[in-house]
Amino acid sequence: MPQDIKGWDRNQMAARAAEELEDGMYVNLGIGIPTLVANYVGDKDITLQSENGMLGMGPFPFEGEEDPDLINAGKQTITELRRTAYFDSATSFAMIRGGKIAAAILGAMEVDEKGDLANWMIPGKLVKGMGGAMDLVAGVGRVIVVMDHTNKHGDSKVLQECTLPLTGQGVVDRIITNLGVLDVVEGGLKIVDLADGVSEDEMRAATQATIVG
Amino acid sequence: MKKVYANANEALDGVLSDGMLIAAGGFGLCGIPELLLEAIKEAGVQNLTFVSNNAGVDDFGIGILLQTRQVKRMISSYVGENAEFMRQYLSGELELEFNPQGTLAERMRAGGAGIPGFYTKTGVGTVIAEGKEHKDFNGETYIMEEGIFADLAIVKAWKADETGNLIFRKTARNFNVPAATCGKICVAEVEEIVPTGSLDPDAIHLPGIYVHRLVQGQHEKRIEQRTIRKKEDA
Repeated sequence: MPQDIKGWDRNQMAARAAEELEDGMYVNLGIGIPTLVANYVGDKDITLQSENGMLGMGPFPFEGEEDPDLINAGKQTITELRRTAYFDSATSFAMIRGGKIAAAILGAMEVDEKGDLANWMIPGKLVKGMGGAMDLVAGVGRVIVVMDHTNKHGDSKVLQECTLPLTGQGVVDRIITNLGVLDVVEGGLKIVDLADGVSEDEMRAATQATIVG
Repeated sequence: MKKVYANANEALDGVLSDGMLIAAGGFGLCGIPELLLEAIKEAGVQNLTFVSNNAGVDDFGIGILLQTRQVKRMISSYVGENAEFMRQYLSGELELEFNPQGTLAERMRAGGAGIPGFYTKTGVGTVIAEGKEHKDFNGETYIMEEGIFADLAIVKAWKADETGNLIFRKTARNFNVPAATCGKICVAEVEEIVPTGSLDPDAIHLPGIYVHRLVQGQHEKRIEQRTIRKKEDA
C-alpha cells in the first residue's frame, strides 16, 4: 500500500464493516475486501449467503477435500456448515429481491451522495458483466460499501454524482473507506466515524460529495 | 414413454436446429451440461443463442462452441473468464445481452411457469432499464422484464430415476432448475440413473414432468478456482 494512504488498511476496514453485522443476520459478502469481513464476525451468529445457491457458507476446504459441486459466487471452492441449505438460482434471487437478506457488503468504483453506486463497468474497458450485483443492491435490507476513499490517482471515489454507469440508484446506506465511515442522509453524506489518525478536515478534503452536519 | 438415451448424441437427436434458443444450466463451470455441450459441438448446428449465466472458459463449457463459431448470441450475467468470448465480442462476431443474474434466473423461471413478463426493482435507474416499461407500485418504481421461452433446455443433475425425476448436488443445482423449466424440450445429463422407485419422492428437486430426455455419463467436473486453507490455520 502506498505510504500516502492514511487511515485503515484492508483488514481494519473489514473489521469495521463486521461491526455493522448483528446476531442472527443473513448476509451477502462481495468479492475483495468484503470477503475479509467473515474473519471478523467473532461470536456473532451470522449466516453467509452465496448467491449461486447456498446459505451457510463455510471456509475454504483443506487440500484434497475440494468439491467441484461446492463453490461460492466467486467460483472458489468452499465448504458447507451444519446449518447449510442449498437451493436453485431463482430461489436464491427470490430471497435477495424479496428483502430476506439483511445486508450486503460490497466493493465499489464510485459512490455518490444520493446513494448511487457504480461497481460493474468502465466505458471503453472490457466489461465482464454485473453478475448478481444489481439484484443485491436493489433487494437486500441494507447496502454497505467498503472501498478505498480515493483511486490510484488520488481522486475521490465519494462523489456528488457518479460518473460511471450505475449498478443501482439510491441504494447505498453506509460507506466504509480507509478514512472512516459515512452515511447517506438527506442532502448528502454524514460523517459517522473517522479512521485512526484521520482528521475531519482530511476526510472532507478527500470527499468530493457534500458532507452535511 | 422411454426417456433414457444411450449417449448425449442420441439424446439430442432430432431436437437441434440452426438458430435455436438454448437455455443451459450451470454457474461458472459448476453443474454445466458438459456432455450435451460436446454433443452440440459434434452436431454442428449454427447461429445458436444461449441463455446461460456464464460462457464457460476457452476449452470447457460453452467455450467449446465459441471455438467452433456455433454461437451467435449470448444472454448472460457475467462472462469474464473466457478470452475467446471477449475476442469474438469485441470484434462484433458475437452478440451479447447482459442480464442481472437474478433477473436472468427469474426470466427462466417465469418462462417455465407460463408468465410472459414480471416487474422487478433490479436495474431501475441503470442502463438495464433503458427502453423497458416502468411502473410504480406502492410508491416504488419497477421495470418489466420478459419471461424466457427456450426451444431447448440442457441441464446437468446428480441423479435421476427413469421417469426423469432429478436430484442435484450442493451448489451444482444453481441455474439448472429454472433453465430446465423454460425449455420446450429439456434434455438432462446425470451422473447416475437409478431404478424408478429408488429416490425418496420428498427429496426430488425437479419433477420428471420437466425432463423429456435423460442420459447418464462420466463428467469431468472441472474446478475453476481451486482455493484451499492450510491445516494449521484451522
